[in-house]
Amino acid sequence: MSTLLSVDNLTKSFARGGIFGRTEFVAVDHVSFSLESATPEIFAIIGESGSGKTTLARMVLNTMSPSSGVIRFQGTDISRLRTGRDRLQFMRKVQPIFQNPSEAFNPLKRVDRYLFASAYHFAGCRSRDGREIAADEALKKVGLSLAEVKGRFPHELSGGQLQRTAIARALISSPALIVADEPVSMVDASLRMSIVNLFKTLRDELKVSIVYITHDLATAYYISDRVLILQKGKVVEMGSARQVLSEPHHPYTVRLRESILSLDDVERVHTSG
Amino acid sequence: MEEAALSVQNLRAYYVTGHFGMQREVRAVDDVSLSVRKNEIYGIAGESSCGKSTFIKTVAAAIRPPLRVLGGSIKYSFLDRDLYDLDERKLADIRWNHLSFIPQGSMNVLNPVRRIRESFQDFAFPHMGLGRSEFFDVVNRHLERLQLSPSILSAFPHELSGGMRQRVAIALATVCRPEFIIADEPTTALDVVVQKDVLALILETQREIGSSMIFVTHDLTVHANISNRLGIMYAGRLIEEGPTREIFHDPLHPYSRHLVASLPRIGDLTPKIALTGAPPNLAQPPSGCRFHPRCPLATDLCRQASPELTTLSSGRRVACYAVASAPATRPMTNDRMTNDKFKSF
Repeated sequence: MSTLLSVDNLTKSFARGGIFGRTEFVAVDHVSFSLESATPEIFAIIGESGSGKTTLARMVLNTMSPSSGVIRFQGTDISRLRTGRDRLQFMRKVQPIFQNPSEAFNPLKRVDRYLFASAYHFAGCRSRDGREIAADEALKKVGLSLAEVKGRFPHELSGGQLQRTAIARALISSPALIVADEPVSMVDASLRMSIVNLFKTLRDELKVSIVYITHDLATAYYISDRVLILQKGKVVEMGSARQVLSEPHHPYTVRLRESILSLDDVERVHTSG
Repeated sequence: MEEAALSVQNLRAYYVTGHFGMQREVRAVDDVSLSVRKNEIYGIAGESSCGKSTFIKTVAAAIRPPLRVLGGSIKYSFLDRDLYDLDERKLADIRWNHLSFIPQGSMNVLNPVRRIRESFQDFAFPHMGLGRSEFFDVVNRHLERLQLSPSILSAFPHELSGGMRQRVAIALATVCRPEFIIADEPTTALDVVVQKDVLALILETQREIGSSMIFVTHDLTVHANISNRLGIMYAGRLIEEGPTREIFHDPLHPYSRHLVASLPRIGDLTPKIALTGAPPNLAQPPSGCRFHPRCPLATDLCRQASPELTTLSSGRRVACYAVASAPATRPMTNDRMTNDKFKSF
């Protein structure tokens, strides 16, 4: 049981058009990668919008079935999880974090409700006290406490606090893998680093592997161990984050690299202007 | 000193709500003074809820209750009096012709059930005073300048990509060649690849029509690439202002130091420390300097009194006691704030 997640030749295509003029749109095209359970890592998937990042994430989370290819989580093919118990077991181990924390939570429900429901379903805490303890423990891991969150509605928390709460919720079931779909793109620049640093801590201290989906090359360079670059559903480059991002080989990676705004441009723009 | 395109003096704009005799005010813009020079791009940076959107709503005269302007003056160079002394009709005349707006999130701006051509007719046509065919000649030429094919005029917004829609929004805002453009996070919803093109386009258009601009975004790397001068807002106040380059090389206010130091870069693996705490609630702002609960340099003075935005000898302005009290020998080194300073708190 050395492989945590293996994705093998994964393809997802969507049909476009009606009965006539039906065309296939391939969102994810023969993608393969694997994560080892012995070495927890932050695996970044990078691509621009429409490159199939989110489709790939949904398939890994088993909320969308692939057109072809196999995803194995700890050795079992996740498309064969039929019974509710098996699915629950899978969901305990693999947890999502979504892009926009203010949309991920229902504005009319209290935030703690999500934490307690996760504790009830995934951590098996049947008593009220047990749920509160589980929620508090998870919140402490992300630098919050239940006292700060209990009884609050999403609009009463800041974007950074809300995203941390979403991460805490994912941690309640002590997952082995977290799939984070653009977790910082909706968070303010000043709070972004606190979320990104939190992922590092999760990897180092809780030994959680993280699939970090982003279009931000700078944070990917900062936290991830390996990166996979997607272009129109195809893997164009994969390898160690430092190597790929500092010496890109594929023309697409080079283009992505060039299009990020760098601070060194301050000189160029303001001396020429 | 050249003439300012926009000068704002001691502007205060609060959200005032009253229910059953209970009054609550949110001080979203509190005593902000700044001036934008001609042909300049003035950047405003700050996190969400720091009042930057309220500020531009106020300078664009687009306020609605409960937002109220309680004091201060806003003067544009193309107007002979204060913006708030104008009546609705005069305001409608200056909008688009003199003062235009590039809004955030281009997908929500264009009317989804009207073709782009109709949007141009709705927005720009009444302001231009041209005949219909002349007007569309101007529009076609303008679209070509923005690398858009005139055929997109007959498209609906959903048929265009995000980058194209944003360019349409820029085209709409610039087709009347206004003297002053206000841009509210025009690139935040875009992809990195598209973002760079759109920024280049904004810069080129601004230079070509020679307008002045206020550019608001929370993304400092965008500011590094577009703004000539930068003002940093925190909790409804302007806390630092200066040429963009100088702010990046030597940020003075502890908050700006933190912002600049925490930017991730490729090729830089030093650990970045995030600021603790949360932005203050503007309905009950902290006493004294509004940054003091999160500031590593806070003293008793900061807890009691609020620092004024003072002009330093270099022409930069900063609102911080720690910096302003000793401009020659500042308590910290001149180079970028080291993260060690923040580890201690």
